Amino acid sequence: MTAEIRTSDGELLSVKLKKVERRRRTTAFLLAAPLLFFIVFAYVIPIFQMLGRSIDNAEMNSFLTETHEVMQTWDGSEMPGEDVTSTFYYELKTAVENKYHGKIATRLNYEKGGFTSLIKKTSRKLKNFDENANFLDQFIDVHKKWGDIEYWQALKRGTDAYHFRKYLTTFDYEQKFDGSIERIPEKLRINVTLWLRTIFVAVGVTFCCFILAYPISHLLSVLPTRYSNLLMICVLLPFWTSLLVRTSSWMVLLQKQGVLNDTLVSLGFVADESRLELMYNMTGTFIAMTQILLPFMVLPLYSVMKTISPSLMRAATSMGATPFHAFRKIYFPLTYAGISAGSILVFVLAIGYYITPALVGGAKGILISNRIAYHMQQSLDWSLATAMATVLLIAVLVVYWLYNKIVGIDNMRLG
Amino acid sequence: MALPKYTEMRYRVWHYSYLVICTAVFVFLIAPLFVIIPLSFNAEQYIHFSDGMLALQPEAFSLRWYEDMIYGTKNPWGIAARNSVYYAFFSTIGATVLGTVAALGLSSRYMPYKQLIMSVLISPMIIPLIISGSAIFFSLAKLGLAATFPGIVIAHIILGTPFVVITVTATLSGFDDSITRAASSLGSTPTNTFFKITLPLITPGIISGALFAFVTSFDEIVVILFVAGGDRNLTTIPLQMWTGLREQLSPTIMAVATCLIVLSTLILIVTELLRRRSERIRGISAQ
Repeated sequence: MTAEIRTSDGELLSVKLKKVERRRRTTAFLLAAPLLFFIVFAYVIPIFQMLGRSIDNAEMNSFLTETHEVMQTWDGSEMPGEDVTSTFYYELKTAVENKYHGKIATRLNYEKGGFTSLIKKTSRKLKNFDENANFLDQFIDVHKKWGDIEYWQALKRGTDAYHFRKYLTTFDYEQKFDGSIERIPEKLRINVTLWLRTIFVAVGVTFCCFILAYPISHLLSVLPTRYSNLLMICVLLPFWTSLLVRTSSWMVLLQKQGVLNDTLVSLGFVADESRLELMYNMTGTFIAMTQILLPFMVLPLYSVMKTISPSLMRAATSMGATPFHAFRKIYFPLTYAGISAGSILVFVLAIGYYITPALVGGAKGILISNRIAYHMQQSLDWSLATAMATVLLIAVLVVYWLYNKIVGIDNMRLG
Repeated sequence: MALPKYTEMRYRVWHYSYLVICTAVFVFLIAPLFVIIPLSFNAEQYIHFSDGMLALQPEAFSLRWYEDMIYGTKNPWGIAARNSVYYAFFSTIGATVLGTVAALGLSSRYMPYKQLIMSVLISPMIIPLIISGSAIFFSLAKLGLAATFPGIVIAHIILGTPFVVITVTATLSGFDDSITRAASSLGSTPTNTFFKITLPLITPGIISGALFAFVTSFDEIVVILFVAGGDRNLTTIPLQMWTGLREQLSPTIMAVATCLIVLSTLILIVTELLRRRSERIRGISAQ
C-alpha cells in the first residue's frame, strides 16, 4: 500500500492535483468560449442551415400538404383520380385567396417548364369551376396541359418535403418522371465542365506556384539577411495589396489593347492585327491566379527552407554526391513539409476563387464559384446553388482535413 | 552568392540560369503592381502608355484622375473610403479582442479538444468565400441585419478572427512559461502578471493579427457583395472597384489602386518593424 501524500491543507495530493487541472482546463476553455460560440452561432450553424436548402422543400410541402398526402396513394401510371384533383382544387383555391399561388408556380416550374403559365391561368379561372362536376375535366378545359400526365407527376414530385434531385443537376444528371436517372442532353451539360475546369485550374495553379516558388524561396533562404529582406518585399508587397488592385493590374496587362500586347507589337513579335487573346479565357484566369496565389506558396516554403542547415548539402557533396543528387536525396525531402503546407493552402484558395475569374476569365474562364454566385443572385435557384456549394464545401473540407493530418493546424504561419 | 573559382563550367551555367529564373519570378510578382502607378498619372482617357508618356513629356502626365477620384460626382469614392475605414476599424477591434482571448485559451496546455476547436475557429479562412458570403447573408437577413452597418461589421469580424487566432497563437507558442511562473513566485497576482508580463510580450503578435484583420476587412469583396445588398450608402472601396471594373477600366480606378498600393506599402513597413521588435524583445538576434 502506497503512502498517502497530503498537501499542507490536509487534502490528498492526487485529488488536489486533479482539482487544479480541472480548474485550468475550465479557464482555458472559458477563454476560447466567446469566440467559439460566436463562430458556431454566427457562422457554422448558418452554413448548415443554408446547405439544408439544397434538399429542403418544406414550404412547398406546406402549401399543398393534403394534395401531397392524397397523391401518395396514386402510383402515377394513369391520370389521377377525383380524390387528387379535388384536393388540389381546394388547396389551390386557398393559395389564390392567400396570394401564394405565384410561389407555387415558380417552384413547380423548376420541376417542369410551362408550370408558371399553367398555374397562373388555372388560378384566374378557378372561380368558374363547378364544385359538383368532374374536376379533372374542368382542369383540362382550362388548359390542355392538365391532360398531360407528366404535369401531375411533376406536381407529386414537387410537393415532397425534401429531395436530392439538385445533387443530380450539379453533375448534369436528371431524374425522369419514371424514376430513372439519365444524363441531360449534351448541349445543356455545363456543370461537369465547370467542375473539371475548376479542378484543372486549382491543380494547375498549385503546380505552377510550386514550380515558381521553389527557386525563389530557396534563393531567399540562402541569401544574407539584408539582401533577402529586400527581395522579400517583392513577395510581401503583393501579399498585402488588395486583391482587386492586383486583378485590375492584370486586366491592364492582358487586355487586347493592353500593355503586354502593346509591348509585343512594338517589339515586332506580334502583328498588330493578330494581337494575343490573353483575357476573357482560361489563360487570363490561370496567369492572374498564379501571380495572386504565389506568395501563399513562397511563405511556407521559405520558412521551412530557412531551417535547413547548409552544412547538410556540403556534407553530401563532400562525400561524393553530385549537387543534383544531393539536392534530390537530401534537400528536397527536407522541404516536403513546406511543399505540402503551401500546396494545400494554394489549392484550397484556388478551388473557391471567385473575383479574379469573374473579372479576367470571361465566359470561358469562370469557375464553379461563379456558377454558385450566378444561381444565388441571378437565376435565384437557391437549392441548386446550395447543392453545388455543399459539394464544393465537402471537397474543401477533405483537403482541410488532409492539411490538419499532414501539417497540423497549429503549425499554420502567416507572414 | 559568388561561386568559388574551381566551379565547373556546367555548374556555372546552371547557377546563372537559376539566378535568371529567380529574377524572372520576382519580376512576375512585383511588376504588375508597378504598371498601375504610372498609368494613374496618364493625361489621356485610355489605359495605355501614350507616346508622350514613353518620351517622358511632362504634358503627358497629369493629376486629373486623382481630382476625379476626390471631387468626381460619378464615383462615390469618398463614402466608400469612409465606410471601408469604419467597417475595418470596428471589425478589427472585435476580431482582435475575441481572437486574442481565444488564443490565450488555445495555447494553454490544458485546453480540451484543442485540435477540433482550432479547426472550427480557423474555418472562415478555409471555406470558400462564396459559401461564407451566402451563409452569412441568409443568417443576417433572418435577424434583419442584412444591408446594415452592424451586419457588415459582424460579417467582417467572422472573417478576421482566424488571422488573429493564428498570429497570436504563433506568438504564444514561443512564449517562455517560466517568466510568468517567476512573476507568480514573486507574489504577482495572475491579472497583474497578464498585464505586466504576458501582454507586453505578445503585443507584436496581437498588432500583426490586428493588421491582418484590418486588411481582411478593408479588402473584403465577396461577402460584402452579398451582405451590402446593393445599398449605395454601404458601399466600400473594393465594392466600388468591383462595380467599376465590371463596366470599364477607367483611369480613376488606376488612381484608387495607386493609393491602395501606397497603403499596402505602409502596412508592409509596419509589419517589418513589428517583426524586428518582436525578435529583439524575445532575445532572438536580428542578424
